[in-house]
Amino acid sequence: MPELSTDPKAPCSAGPGVVIKGGTIVDAAGQRACDIVISRGRIEHVQPGCEVPCGAKVLDASGCIVAPGLVDLHSHLREPGGELAETVESGSRAAALGGYSAVVAMPNTDPPIDNASAAHHVLDLGAHALVEVMVAGAITVDRAGERLAPMAEMASMGISLFTDDGTGVQDGGLMRRAMEYARGLGVTLAQHCEDRSLASGGHMHEGRWSSILGIPGIPAEAEELMVARDLMLARLTGARLHLLHLSTAGSVELVRKAKSAGIKVTAEVTPHHLCLSDEEVASYDPLFKVSPPLRPVEHIIALQAGLEDGTVDAVATDHAPHATQAKEAPFDQAPSGMLGLETALAVVLTELWDGRVGSSPQICGEKTTDIGATRQTTGTARSSHSPGMAGSRSIGPAGGRHRLVDLGACLPSGIRLNLMQILTLLSWQPASIARLGSAHPSVLRPGAVASICVFDPFTRWVVDPDRLASKSKNTPFAGVELQGQVRHTLVGGEPVVIEGEAQR
Amino acid sequence: MRVSLVAQDCGSDPPKSEPVRAGDSQSSSKVSSKGSPRVPRSLLEVGDLGREGIEEVLDLADSFAEVSRRPIPKVPALRGRTVATLFYEDSTRTRLSFEAAAKRLSADTMSFSLGTSSVNKGESLLDTARTLESLGADVLVVRHPSAGAPSRVASWVGVPVINAGDGWHEHPTQALLDCYTLTKALGRRSVGKDRFGGLSVAVVGDVLHSRVARSVVKAFAMLGAAVSLVAPPTMLPSSLEGWPLAGFSYDLDPVLAGADVLYMLRVQAERGAGSFVPSVREYVSRYGLNMDRFRKMKPDAVILHPGPVNRGVELAPEVADQPSALIASQVANGIVVRMAVLYLLLGSAGNQRDLEQDSSKVMDETGA
Ligand SMILES: [Zn+2]
Repeated sequence: MPELSTDPKAPCSAGPGVVIKGGTIVDAAGQRACDIVISRGRIEHVQPGCEVPCGAKVLDASGCIVAPGLVDLHSHLREPGGELAETVESGSRAAALGGYSAVVAMPNTDPPIDNASAAHHVLDLGAHALVEVMVAGAITVDRAGERLAPMAEMASMGISLFTDDGTGVQDGGLMRRAMEYARGLGVTLAQHCEDRSLASGGHMHEGRWSSILGIPGIPAEAEELMVARDLMLARLTGARLHLLHLSTAGSVELVRKAKSAGIKVTAEVTPHHLCLSDEEVASYDPLFKVSPPLRPVEHIIALQAGLEDGTVDAVATDHAPHATQAKEAPFDQAPSGMLGLETALAVVLTELWDGRVGSSPQICGEKTTDIGATRQTTGTARSSHSPGMAGSRSIGPAGGRHRLVDLGACLPSGIRLNLMQILTLLSWQPASIARLGSAHPSVLRPGAVASICVFDPFTRWVVDPDRLASKSKNTPFAGVELQGQVRHTLVGGEPVVIEGEAQR
Repeated sequence: MRVSLVAQDCGSDPPKSEPVRAGDSQSSSKVSSKGSPRVPRSLLEVGDLGREGIEEVLDLADSFAEVSRRPIPKVPALRGRTVATLFYEDSTRTRLSFEAAAKRLSADTMSFSLGTSSVNKGESLLDTARTLESLGADVLVVRHPSAGAPSRVASWVGVPVINAGDGWHEHPTQALLDCYTLTKALGRRSVGKDRFGGLSVAVVGDVLHSRVARSVVKAFAMLGAAVSLVAPPTMLPSSLEGWPLAGFSYDLDPVLAGADVLYMLRVQAERGAGSFVPSVREYVSRYGLNMDRFRKMKPDAVILHPGPVNRGVELAPEVADQPSALIASQVANGIVVRMAVLYLLLGSAGNQRDLEQDSSKVMDETGA
């Protein structure tokens, strides 16, 4: 890929810009130790030891991975209607701090995004946000699952994903028509797969723990039934289908078979379904209530295997803020959902990363930077927590008790992903599903839009809900030590996060 | 036991060192350690007490039963203490039983229930619980339609919480009073050192939706009984992993001859309306305890029911009126068992020691 290396004679003088210095680039083209010079929103040079243009801002990336910005396919930004829990602004700040440069806002707002003017409203709010905010439109009017929303008028604004997320389209006949119509528009339908007749009344995974705890359960089959139905409908209609937050082994297996049969389907899983099991619900703490529900370990292993073999295309947060008082309720009365944007990358690194930097071929630069697989750094801008917390695996200042799934060490599967796989799942593959196109390049090369995430994969930090940028605190990882911390985030050339601090 | 039991001033105990337990099902057995039983801070699940804790409650209940037979059935053990009942579900029987227990211990009572006070005015469970604590409650007795609600409350307040029934989860004091009732009915008929060793208990009915089932199965099993479930598959949890069971059966008839205890669960009318069983009539034909089935039981077997009985459904009227149906004594025993629980959670350590000595004295005297 010769176009990747910049002409070294090119002048580093395009006016004041930004230089990312000393990092190791990992992108779809591979891995290399290079600096990046950015000017007017785009990458100008990618080369080792680049001279700093006069007036340019230098972002230190030594010891860090420099990657295309992360893209979240599944964020609930809550605006309009849920501003007490989150706004487009606060959610976008959380996203930026989590290394994201673009997010897809889900349409289950109040009112819902089921028409062009509602979509315009959110996009207008997003224009001032820290990251690029796209919206998904609803499939049906009012997300009621009864008649089709005006998808064409929304598609004409550039919306390419449609979903009734929060619920699935229950009526198979209507879903078929929606798929046919979507195919005509060239857009993708995204489904929250859950058969209501099996799931309704349930609040957690149906199994050993629901039986002991006396909480009404939701069987894995409630999800798998709709996954199976929609895969068949995708085959029938030829439409493009994206499956949101898959949570069961059966779902992964269905998608694996569908992909090998040539059905146009993509799938995502959330960070929490990759590491938390239904046993967490034994605390009765609604922080662990989420839809779809947390599942037993055998499902977690199957999801991880789906990431490893490419059955699952993306890790998406399902960032779902809820005001504190909403979660201060009995389990069955509390709303479902967990924060995700500020912890997703670290959760995936902690749980699944093989810990290595440098297995990929070099593309430019003299040598692959060895950033020390055994090093452990502490204390960056956002991690100055009490040392007593570090290393403790117990969660929950609220309940006191509590053993968290031991992230990174809990599963017998031993599945580990390399950095390229992890970033594929968090960055350019979701960008492609969201059809971000050239707005979000998968390779950091001259001319590309400079949306970039710089993170130290080794830094350990303890999640403190009070220090999150989200307006809500409903993270299931409170008090948990995670590995991997975002240092800088750039969106269209603008450094929106520098040294772990949001710039606005 | 008489006076020494109660002459103590229980009003100034240092706080217990046990951490607040927010529904920790992991540590169910942690509260009882070798040596003297340790008192859990709250009673959220019957397992919180451990086997020794259950034994202690049952022994204490014996002492209080003696008190209850006096002309003035009242002791000053919890004088100056306040027992608050917080009922989000209509259960006058259970609430009255707790309040009677509190009054016999000379505690003050506060009662908040659905339809009264602020419970209806949109105040959250958190705020109501903290209000009761601020008003001076020394223990909160919580009944709630949501599983785990008492555990949540226990994580929010600094006083002990007693679960008086939460959703489908547990009803620990019901299980304790059932153990007490069974002890009284059986005498010391058990085999081996366990209180219920060698006993075969069949729990019959809608186990899936039953908080009573989840408590009694654990309690009976902890005391050594072999517990089995009898229900149609629609009324059993899809997983029974983790339940301390000897077995289960979809039919009642084969179980009758071998059971020492039949525990008949209450049938909620709405469950019999077509979604879990086709009809109450069909349920009764397969799981109702009628005289024909009663005659197939062991002559010395006993029947328990958490009440109130749907006569003609779980039990035919003539069966409900048999001497071996212990329903009335279950209700009566509820008060002394709840006295024991309140005393155990609120009494000082010193007091417990006195009471233990006293209760053993009583046991000797009554010639157990
Ligand atoms: Zn969803």
